[in-house]
Amino acid sequence: MSADGLPWGFAYLDEGTKRMIRRALLKALAVPGLQVPFASREMPMPYGWGTGGVQVTASVLTPDDVLKVIDQGADDTTNAVSIRRFFARTAGVATTTRTAEATVIQTRHRIPETPLREGQILVFQVPIPEPLRFLEPRETETRRMHALAEYGLMHVKLYEDIARHGHIATTYAYPVLVEGRYVMDPSPIPKFDNPKLCSEAILLFGAGREARIHALPPHTRVESLAFEDHPFEPARAAGICALCGAADSYLDEVLTDDRGGRIFVCSDTDFCETRRAGGAS
Amino acid sequence: MTPLLEVRNLTRRYGARTGCEGVGFDLWPGEVLGIVGESGSGKTTLLNCLAGLLPPDGGEAWFDTREAGPRDVFRMPEGERRRLARTDWAFVRQNPRDGLRLNVSAGANVGERLMAVGARHYGAIRAEAARWLERVEIDPARIDDRPSTFSGGMQQRLQIARNLVTRPRLVLMDEPTGGLDVSVQARLLDLLRGLVRDLGLAVVIVTHDLAVVRLLAHRVMVMKDGRVVEEGLTDRVLDDPRHPYTQLLVSSVLAA
Repeated sequence: MSADGLPWGFAYLDEGTKRMIRRALLKALAVPGLQVPFASREMPMPYGWGTGGVQVTASVLTPDDVLKVIDQGADDTTNAVSIRRFFARTAGVATTTRTAEATVIQTRHRIPETPLREGQILVFQVPIPEPLRFLEPRETETRRMHALAEYGLMHVKLYEDIARHGHIATTYAYPVLVEGRYVMDPSPIPKFDNPKLCSEAILLFGAGREARIHALPPHTRVESLAFEDHPFEPARAAGICALCGAADSYLDEVLTDDRGGRIFVCSDTDFCETRRAGGAS
Repeated sequence: MTPLLEVRNLTRRYGARTGCEGVGFDLWPGEVLGIVGESGSGKTTLLNCLAGLLPPDGGEAWFDTREAGPRDVFRMPEGERRRLARTDWAFVRQNPRDGLRLNVSAGANVGERLMAVGARHYGAIRAEAARWLERVEIDPARIDDRPSTFSGGMQQRLQIARNLVTRPRLVLMDEPTGGLDVSVQARLLDLLRGLVRDLGLAVVIVTHDLAVVRLLAHRVMVMKDGRVVEEGLTDRVLDDPRHPYTQLLVSSVLAA
């Protein structure tokens, strides 16, 4: 029992676990793009709901932090609401939905539209951290390929995309080369967000089921893989947000009725609300 | 002139049993060496050791690298050996499904080695893949088809194209005609003979089929119980076998 009378330590995890995870985080930050194994714990939520991200967040939170949690850009979806409440209860930290006010942001599959600044930490929930997994099923072999920087196979996948679809059809979990060394899966963010991986903030990636952590320190050089004659293009739906009119944000398509009516709205709810409060429409 | 590959005293044991023992040979540029012997005589063990798939228990294999001259491949750092394996070496397996990626197109299969050595221009990779498909007598129109839709003979030819695309100097082949019917075998052998001559390949070909050796190999090595029992020019060994085992092997071939 902790000093404040709660039946758990600050931010749910015990101090030993948090120290173990912080060690893995430091190693991951020291070698950007490297997948660092860690002793992933059982969390009071099912695998696939962000157990990795929650453990990383719990390990970096301090009592002074302001936490924001998003799920596909939105602050008000089940996963985001329950993780935010989890930390409000177990750590007693302040929470917010405003990107600019948050010091720690846990995210499932988006990077906020508002540019992140120095001092902020973005924590990703990662389902499968191994970019080579669907090309090479053997873990022993993928580790060897990372060690020797043998990444030709990654381009085989992109080649296959172009051969089949006429363009690189990978739209999310788009592989990147970190500092010219490790190929990394940036978690299933849309490739629209890939350019934002070069950030002023610290980006931490936690995969709970796979027990891996990887990280990008601020200002890391991150290149999206591509061919010379088929360069990388960050894709977004051709449209503008029906609520705030933004023409440069990542859009979700929403059905409005059962007669085929549909609109596009910003995937980042905070970005959209801030614009609307500022008078844009 | 130095041999392309100098193998000395290569030994591999499986516990108390012997895979191959004290095998040595020289392979010169452009030369085709056949290795024959019955099942279990250590042919495939020898080839797998050379290809880096099995660690040998002893011995040396000096390969004349382009950059640094003769190097012992068994004592090379792993990264270097793997780089060699996908540039200057090729390994054609008996079962093409082991040597191909069945879930990507024929073009990607041929292009993989190019991309592995740094090719990053889609159009150029594709054009080179199409050229190689044509060269191994596969219709280039099938460049986007998966190898699983190919016949056995086509798969084997695709595997050969995929291996030769980086212009290797040394090709290791493990029963390349095994499991194919005779007319397809004949076409494949014809193709191989042409490629070996045109590209000046040095080849180590393992087979139990003496006809394959007769057609392709300049020299032949006969193995029994993991040891080399006889070696020499192909015609000499097949027409005038000296070792009792070779005599048995040659006399067991049924005349068609």
